[in-house]
Amino acid sequence: MTTEATTTDEVTEIETSGYARVEYRRLATTTFVRYLPLLILAAIWEASSRLGLVSTLALPPLDTVITSWFSLLVPSNPAPATAAGLSGALTWIGWALSGDLITNGADSLWRLSAGLAMAISIGTAIGVLMAWYKPFDIMMNPIVQVFYPMPKSALIPVTVLWLGFGHWSKIVLIFIGCMLPVTLSAYNGARGTEQFLVWSARSMGASRRRTLIEVVLPSALPEIMSGIRTALALSFILMVASELIVARSGLGYMVGWLGDGGVYDAMFAVVLTISALGFAADRGYLMLMKRVLSWRE
Amino acid sequence: MTNTGGATAALLNFAEERPFDRWFEQGKRLFMAAFPIVVLLGAWYEATALHLTTAFLLPSPVAVAERMWTDTTSGDLVLNIGLTLYRAFVGFVIAASVGVVVGILIARSRAVHWFFDPIISVGFPMPKVAFLPIFMLWFGLYDTSKIALVIFDAVFPVLTATVAATQGVDRQMLWSARMLGASEKQLLWEIIMPAAFPSIMTGLQIALPISLIVTIVAEMIMGGPGLGGSMIAASRFADSPGVFAGIIEIAIAGYCVVKGMAMVRRRLLVWHQEAEDPTTV
Repeated sequence: MTTEATTTDEVTEIETSGYARVEYRRLATTTFVRYLPLLILAAIWEASSRLGLVSTLALPPLDTVITSWFSLLVPSNPAPATAAGLSGALTWIGWALSGDLITNGADSLWRLSAGLAMAISIGTAIGVLMAWYKPFDIMMNPIVQVFYPMPKSALIPVTVLWLGFGHWSKIVLIFIGCMLPVTLSAYNGARGTEQFLVWSARSMGASRRRTLIEVVLPSALPEIMSGIRTALALSFILMVASELIVARSGLGYMVGWLGDGGVYDAMFAVVLTISALGFAADRGYLMLMKRVLSWRE
Repeated sequence: MTNTGGATAALLNFAEERPFDRWFEQGKRLFMAAFPIVVLLGAWYEATALHLTTAFLLPSPVAVAERMWTDTTSGDLVLNIGLTLYRAFVGFVIAASVGVVVGILIARSRAVHWFFDPIISVGFPMPKVAFLPIFMLWFGLYDTSKIALVIFDAVFPVLTATVAATQGVDRQMLWSARMLGASEKQLLWEIIMPAAFPSIMTGLQIALPISLIVTIVAEMIMGGPGLGGSMIAASRFADSPGVFAGIIEIAIAGYCVVKGMAMVRRRLLVWHQEAEDPTTV
């Protein structure tokens, strides 16, 4: 890590230097070399099932997996006869978005983002308040301590008992599971605020509320954001697990029924989709984090 | 203080330390920690006693405690906890040994680093539970597939912690040791391992609860004996005391595993400052 520059560093370096084209070519080469092992793994996968080293049932060749990914993407029923004009275009778009992968993926992502949004807003509020008001801290701290090490997936059966098989059992599960990491990071971040900053703000006449919003929250932001990163990873795990166990839609549910039905190439395609989504979400969030926290340097 | 005799010094020390105060402080802290939990339990009991919800949605704590008692006496609990912990620990131990060895190799060799770096950076953030159906396809419905998933999930935190720890070893120590004629083997066992061990231990502390959670999720998905499996069975039979008993059993198991690991850390790393008291949580 120390010897080679990371790709994002190189991008900023390029933006400031004049040798844009040469630098981009170098960047492309390093990226290729960096991710070459993944290509090698893919080639080994394809070769081992093509050459019959492993059964194609246990490991469908990569190209059939990709083909079935596309067949899951397009709708299974034929395109409806569309009228000309806007309404026709809308029906066509509605049809084009009715593929299994898209409808189930949309369900999953809706659950994930709703649960995560609730967890982030409420979790941050609780954490900062715990650090700010001592009585609240005394009341909440033991509860947080008891529930933090508890495996949140254990709540899957309860949320099902309470809220049924639909969206809300997953949303509440993701909310409960992701709230505590955010709470804890907000708590630690807010407690780590430089006391001098708080005192200066107060002595210059800022109200308690204003100090909280303009001094404590920004200084806790780096910790809160890294807590949210943990929560993001956790939300994907909880989403997939709860959908695999009980659901009527969603990507995890798709993996379950494709596997039960023995359509293994499609199952591999969905599993890879979920992995890619999780990876992309983490990378995207990391980029956002770097942007938001760029004032730190 | 140095001028006074030993006995006087001891007496003064005793007076300064005031053990009764310390015990009082500890008792107070324990009380403060237990108080909200007692309140929570009381609120739960009252909510069920006043019939604020149905016994199906929220069974009374008495019913749940009774269920846990019958589970314990019938031997189900021991069997389930034993199976779950067995799967979690076997997976954890394999993941830990593979993770530490490969992690050190990654940090020490450029070629290994080149090969594993993208795999880790893609593999770490992805939700690995999704691979369970694939492992079921490959390894069947019993212990092997669950343990395989545990290994797959728990190896990444160990790997990243080991790589970071090994790369973070002070260069000057390595140079000095080499200058004094240490062999590569001595370098590994006497410089790198002790210096990197605290951070590796942190990775293991992350990996152990992950192993337990993944085991429980895998059991929930596949059913059968084990804490997760018995809980999902209770949920399917709409047996809510069973579900809540399962949650508490899992919480206790998780708590013991996490605390046990922290204790192991404190024993193994007496010499390391961080082991003092990470009280922030």
